[in-house]
Amino acid sequence: MLQIAIVVIIGGLAYGAVYNAALNLSRAHIASGFGFWNNTAGFDISQTLIAYSASTSSFGRAFWVGLLNTLLVAGVGIVLATIAGFVIGIARLSHNWLVARLAGGYVELVRNVPLLLQLLFWYNAVLKSLPLLRGSMALPGGAILNNRGLFLPQPVFAANFSTVVLALVVGIAGAIGLNVWARWRRERTGADPHILWPALASIFGLPLIAFAVAGFPLHFSLPQMGRFNVNGGVEVLPEFAALALALSVYTAAFIAEVVRAGVLAVSHGQTEAAQALGLRSGQTLRLVVLPQAMRVIVPPLTSQYLNLIKNSSLAVVIGYPDLVQVFAGTVLNITGQAVEVIALTMAVYLAISLFTSVVMNLYARATVIAER
Amino acid sequence: MSAISDQAYLRVLPAQKLPPPAERTGIFNWLRENLLSSPTNIVLTFLCILLFAWAVPPLIRFFLIDAVWSGTDRDACLASPAQMHPGACWAFVRVWVSYFVYGFYPLAERWRVDLFFVALTLGIVWLARLSTPRRDLGALYFFVGLPILSFILLHGAPLIGLPVVPTSLWGGILVTVVVATIGMVFSLPLGILLALGRNSEMPVMKLAAVGFIEFVRGVPLITVLFMASVMLPLFVPEQFAPDKLVRALIGVALFASAYMAEVVRGGLAAVPRGQYEAARALGLTYWRMMGLVILPQALRVTLPNIVNTFIGLFKDTTLVFVVGVFDFLRTVEAARADPKWTTPNTTVTGYAFAALFYFVCCYGMSRYARSVEAHLTRAGRR
Repeated sequence: MLQIAIVVIIGGLAYGAVYNAALNLSRAHIASGFGFWNNTAGFDISQTLIAYSASTSSFGRAFWVGLLNTLLVAGVGIVLATIAGFVIGIARLSHNWLVARLAGGYVELVRNVPLLLQLLFWYNAVLKSLPLLRGSMALPGGAILNNRGLFLPQPVFAANFSTVVLALVVGIAGAIGLNVWARWRRERTGADPHILWPALASIFGLPLIAFAVAGFPLHFSLPQMGRFNVNGGVEVLPEFAALALALSVYTAAFIAEVVRAGVLAVSHGQTEAAQALGLRSGQTLRLVVLPQAMRVIVPPLTSQYLNLIKNSSLAVVIGYPDLVQVFAGTVLNITGQAVEVIALTMAVYLAISLFTSVVMNLYARATVIAER
Repeated sequence: MSAISDQAYLRVLPAQKLPPPAERTGIFNWLRENLLSSPTNIVLTFLCILLFAWAVPPLIRFFLIDAVWSGTDRDACLASPAQMHPGACWAFVRVWVSYFVYGFYPLAERWRVDLFFVALTLGIVWLARLSTPRRDLGALYFFVGLPILSFILLHGAPLIGLPVVPTSLWGGILVTVVVATIGMVFSLPLGILLALGRNSEMPVMKLAAVGFIEFVRGVPLITVLFMASVMLPLFVPEQFAPDKLVRALIGVALFASAYMAEVVRGGLAAVPRGQYEAARALGLTYWRMMGLVILPQALRVTLPNIVNTFIGLFKDTTLVFVVGVFDFLRTVEAARADPKWTTPNTTVTGYAFAALFYFVCCYGMSRYARSVEAHLTRAGRR
């Protein structure tokens, strides 16, 4: 009975909403449906990973540009935040009092200040106060830094560069093979063969040799200082840098807490047993504690990654052209089709979240401790 | 008797406790154990001290020693022969601080805002202190009385002689606190209902609750706010279109309730099954069982998590910025753009002030959550 009432209420609300929306939209002469998708966009985007031009590309193309920008900044943020988060999380557990306190201070400071404020700080207070074009800083390696962004040398690949890539693939495969052999050897004989140097030689040496043999098929086109602009090179927008920095600094604090909780969840007996077996403290951490801690760490770590992806939508505040800024901002303002645009934007984030939680459930199922 | 006297020596009194050996105590030992126990540790300690020496003195100099504390316009904070390298421009904050707190709320009516802050503090203390009497009355006050009282106070009621102050004049910390409080007041009951729905045996309820929770948790708050501010006016008849602040409030409350629901669900899961069965055996109906037996226990164990969610909500209130509501951060942004105060240090000072405000609030709440957690652990151990 109650259920029928709920269905009726929800249905009634939905009907009322749709009815009113249709009424209000027709009054404002706003079209509905995705007819705008193929219309010419007519606005510029400051960072495009795929070919895009204001005069010929469609709104649909702008959507993909925005989505790729979101994924780019989220990807960079996730890599940086993971590295920093693990370092800080383990530092918080350090026996060195100063190191532990320093890491703790970082976590408390960063976690208790809103991300938006940190983002504005990096963008307006740090990056905007870099030198102007005329006083650009020349960084080692030919990079140029000023308040319009960071200009890096652009790699230019010659035709036979593919041999180097091939060599790299072979090298990585060789290192993996070496690792498999070492594990097999360890399990058979107990001897622990040192494979670090051979593996590194395989990963880096092979491509280097291929690089030399192919006649150095790579050169860098350096950014040049022009009178009004910097020409050439790869441009890293200040908006991108600020967003990536803010996201990774902020998320690193949360990842540090996740890592700390995960390591603490491994019972102390494991550490003591490892030490009793004569493992050094680095080995204890790497071979005994972390593999067990990972089981606890990975689920909350994934949700931190999802938070980072969702938080990348703050891009809209500083004008980095991510999905929300391009699509739910500019496209929405031009077309006025709020319902379609917002629904599609939400659907993208929702799809990412749902996909991740499906993968997570698979992982959790795969790593369940086999209880005896 | 003889068995005892056969012993050569028998100690009757316990031995006196000896202090730990000298090399295990004292400041030098502490230093050795905590900072200098191995070569790696010595290097780490050294690096930390270097980092401190590099970062802390310039910060102290900038924010305290070289800071400019008073002045009426930018000249006070610009470099002058008297002060070659002026630090933080606190004079700017002092001049703008009433705007940071009240926004454009009319000067003559600001006592109403102050009264609201007092009423809110009373409610928070009543609820937050675990030893205060009649916390059930406190909850009634906080979740029913306070919202009505605040609405009358802040918005105004011409009937009793309080002129209406439109929300477009509200701003600053007032708006931040209003958004956070409304978010809390609505998200907790909604979250409880959603959590009960998610645990319900009725498939329709379960589906509706799960759908709502997973949907809201899967999308960024900004898109929810956009939805509230752009789509909400479409979904209601034209004459009922809510104003900007109300739209943002609805967005924040719905968003927070999905997160609150998950927290409450965790608390429900922590109540032993026997409690449900015992309540059923006593013949309690579903609502009486939940209200009298399950929820009091569930909310109690999950109070630290509720506070942590609230900290997240408090930080998220800054996002109402993007839909044009003048919260505290937005007023700082507006003030730092004031040409009268354009100096190289205005921006940093404004942000430092904002960061201090948020840090004090959030850190205070997280300390509170931790103390409650410790209290609960002690109570559980007994």
